[in-house]
Amino acid sequence: MEMLAFLIPVALMLGLVGLVSFIWAVREGQFDDPDGAAARILIDEDHPAEQACK
Amino acid sequence: MTAAGNPSAGCPRGLAPAEQAHASDISAFVRRSPEGNTLQLTVRGAKCAGCLSKIEKSVQALPGVTQARLNLSNGRFDVRWRGDLSANDVAGTVSALGYGVAPFAPDAADSAAKSEERKLLIAMAVAAFAAANVMLLSVSIWSGHGEMGETTRRVMHAISGAIALPAALFSGRIFFQSAWSVLRRGHANMDVPISLAVLLALGVSVTETIRGGEHAYFDAAVMLLFFLLIGRFLDARLRRRTHAAAQDLAALQARTVTRLEGTEARSVRADEIIAGDIVLVAPGERLTVDIDVLDGVSEADESLVSGESLPRAVAPGARLFAGSINLTQPLRGRAISAASDSLLADIARMLEAGEQRRSKYRRIADKAVSLYIPLVHTTAALTLIGWLLAGAGVREAIMIAVSTLIITCPCALALAAPVVQVVAAGRLFRKGVFLRSGDALERIAECDHVVFDKTGTLTLGEPELVRSPHDQDKLQRAARLARASRHPLSRALVAAAGAGSVAAHVKEHPGLGLEAEINGVRCRLGSAEWVGEEASAATTSLQLWYVEGDSSPHRFLFEDALRPGAGDVVETLRRRGIGVEILSGDRQDAVATIASALSVTDWRAGASPADKVERLEQLRAEGRKVLMIGDGLNDAASLSLAHASLAPGGAMDVSQSASDGVYTGAGLGAILTMIDASSLARRRMVQNFSLAAIYNFIAVPIAVAGFATPLVAAIAMSGSSIIVTLNALRPGWKRF
Repeated sequence: MEMLAFLIPVALMLGLVGLVSFIWAVREGQFDDPDGAAARILIDEDHPAEQACK
Repeated sequence: MTAAGNPSAGCPRGLAPAEQAHASDISAFVRRSPEGNTLQLTVRGAKCAGCLSKIEKSVQALPGVTQARLNLSNGRFDVRWRGDLSANDVAGTVSALGYGVAPFAPDAADSAAKSEERKLLIAMAVAAFAAANVMLLSVSIWSGHGEMGETTRRVMHAISGAIALPAALFSGRIFFQSAWSVLRRGHANMDVPISLAVLLALGVSVTETIRGGEHAYFDAAVMLLFFLLIGRFLDARLRRRTHAAAQDLAALQARTVTRLEGTEARSVRADEIIAGDIVLVAPGERLTVDIDVLDGVSEADESLVSGESLPRAVAPGARLFAGSINLTQPLRGRAISAASDSLLADIARMLEAGEQRRSKYRRIADKAVSLYIPLVHTTAALTLIGWLLAGAGVREAIMIAVSTLIITCPCALALAAPVVQVVAAGRLFRKGVFLRSGDALERIAECDHVVFDKTGTLTLGEPELVRSPHDQDKLQRAARLARASRHPLSRALVAAAGAGSVAAHVKEHPGLGLEAEINGVRCRLGSAEWVGEEASAATTSLQLWYVEGDSSPHRFLFEDALRPGAGDVVETLRRRGIGVEILSGDRQDAVATIASALSVTDWRAGASPADKVERLEQLRAEGRKVLMIGDGLNDAASLSLAHASLAPGGAMDVSQSASDGVYTGAGLGAILTMIDASSLARRRMVQNFSLAAIYNFIAVPIAVAGFATPLVAAIAMSGSSIIVTLNALRPGWKRF
C-alpha cells in the first residue's frame, strides 16, 4: 500500500503535464488550421512547389 | 475565361476549378502601422499542399513581403510587408494563379467568438483531466468496497476532492455565471439545475469526506461538467463556423468605392463614405451606397433592389440605391447617406422587428427545459421531505435528495440538440449550404408553405436568348455590335452567338441601343423605338431589335431562364403537400410566364417590399408557417419576418444576414436537401429528448428509493450521454 503514496502523485503529475501542454497548444493556436497542418508536412522545401502534389 | 485554358492555374490536384480573375481596387483594406502593412484576404479554391505552397511562395517572392501565411482550413490569407508594394499586386498574384481572392476585414464579433471557443475548450480539457483522474481513484474505492480500510478511503476521497474542487470551480464558472445572471432577473434556464447539482454534489462530498463517510460524488460532479462542456463547445464551434462562412460570402461582394477628392480619384472602403461625398461608379460596378446621379447617362440593373428584370435608364437627377449595378457608362454621383445607413433605414427597421419576433421562437430544447426544471426540483424536494417523514436521519435524507439531483442532471438533455445540429450542419456545409443559426433546422422542418422570390431566386437573373432557326445569320451580324456593350441583353446575345469579331466605333446610346457603321451600312441594335419599329414599342417583354440600313428590323426575344432544378423542387414540394407561391416585384407578364412554366397558380407580381411583408403577415394570420426564399434587398424584410428563410449565395448581404441559411451553386436542389436534412434533424432531436426522458423515468425511481450510489450515478450519466450521441451520429445522413 505504501506504493500508493508514490504512484498516485506520479499519475497525477503525468496527467497534469498532458493538460498543461494541451492548454499551451490551444493558446498557441495549434488547432486553428488543422487542414493546413496536415498539408504543410507534404511540402518539400528543397524542391519546386508543384512537386509536393505529384 | 483566360484561366480555364491554363493547365497550371488553380489547384494542381484538380480539387477545385480555377477561378476567373476579377479586378477591383482593394488598397483600402490594408492596415498600416510602423512595423509594416497587413492585409487579410480570403482565398477560395485552395485545397491541398500544392495550393498552399504555390500561393505562399509566389507572394513571398514579392518585394518586401515579410510574412505570407495561408490558413487552409478557413481560407484566410495573412500577408505582411514593408515598403510600397501595392495590395492589388498581392491579390493579383494570387488570382493569377487561378484562385478566387477577396479582401477581408476581420470584425470584433469573430475574435470574441474565437476567444469564447478557446475558453470552452480549455474548460473542457480541465474537466476531462479531473474526470479521468478522479474516476481512477473512485474505481479503486468502488472495487475495494468492503476490503479497503477507512483511512485509505478517506485519503482517496481527500485526493479526489483536491483535484475535483478547483477543476469544477474553474470549468463550472461558465454555468455558474450564466445561472446567476438569469436568476437575478427572476428567470431560470438549463444552467440553474446544472449549477445547483454541481455545487450540491461538491458540498455533500466535502462534508462526507470530512466525516469519513462512504459515498462521495466528486467524480459525478466533474464528469457532469465534462459532458455538458462537450455540448457547449460543439454549439460554439458551429456558430463560429457559420458566422465565418457568411462573412466569406459577404467579402466576395464589392466593398470599395471610388471617391473623388478634388480631382483625384481614390479607392476607399464603403464604410468610410459619408453623406455628400462625390463618388465615381464604373460600368459593371455594384453600388454600395445610395447616390443621386450628377453626371453621366447610363443604365442600371436594379434586379437585386426591386426585383425588376429589365435595366432602367439613368440620367442626372436620378436616384440609385445600393445593390444596383451600373451597366453602360461611368457615372458621377453624390452619396445621399453613409453606407451603413444606405441599405434603407426602413428595411433595417423592418429587419429588427422580424428578428425580435424570431427570437421569441421556443426551441425544442427550451420547451424540454421548462418542463424539466420544476419537475426535477419538486422531485428532489419531495424526496427530502419523504425520507425525513419516513424517519430517516437528516444526513441520509439530504444524501438521497442530492443523489436524485445529480442523477437527473441534464447531461443527455444538454447534448441532445447540439450534437444533432453539429452533424446536420456539417453535412450541409459540405454541400455548400451554410446555416446561420442552430435552431434554423427546427424552424425549417416545421414549414408548410414556401414563398419564392422570382428574379435571381427561381430564375438565374440573367436573360437568355430564345433561339429560333431564322435567327442564326442575323445573330452573328448583331453580335458584332453587341460585343462592345455590357448591357445584359447584349451579353446574352453574345453568349448565344459565341466568339467573333467586333464592329469598329460602336456608339452606345443609353436607354436606346447601339449604333455602328459596318461596310458603309448603318446598323442599329436596341429597343423598338431605336430601330423605328413604333408599332411594337408597347410590348414590355425582353427583346432586342436589329436593323441594317433600311431593311426590315429583326426581333430577338429573351427570357429570364429558370434555374436548373426549379421545376423539380416545386413539383416535389407540391407532392409533399407543401404550398408553393411566387411573390415578385417584377412585371406582371414576366412573373406569369415563370409561374406557368412551373405550373404555380398562386403568384403575385409588382409587389413592393411592404406588399411582401403584408402578404407574409396575412399568411401568418392564416396560421401558415412560411419558408421564404429570396435574394434581393426588397426581400430582406420578408426574409426576417418569415418563420424560416433561405437566401442564395449571390444575394445581397442584408438578405443573407436576414435569412437562416445560405445556399451556394446555380441549382435549387440545395433547397430540398436543406428541407430533408432539417426534418431528419428534427426527428433525431425529438428522439434524443425522448431517450433522455426515458432515462429519467428509469433513473429517478432508483435515486428516490435511495439506491443511487456514486457508481450507479456514474454509469447512468455516461450511459445516457453516449446513447444520445450515438443516436445523433447513427447513419441516415448519407443522402445529404
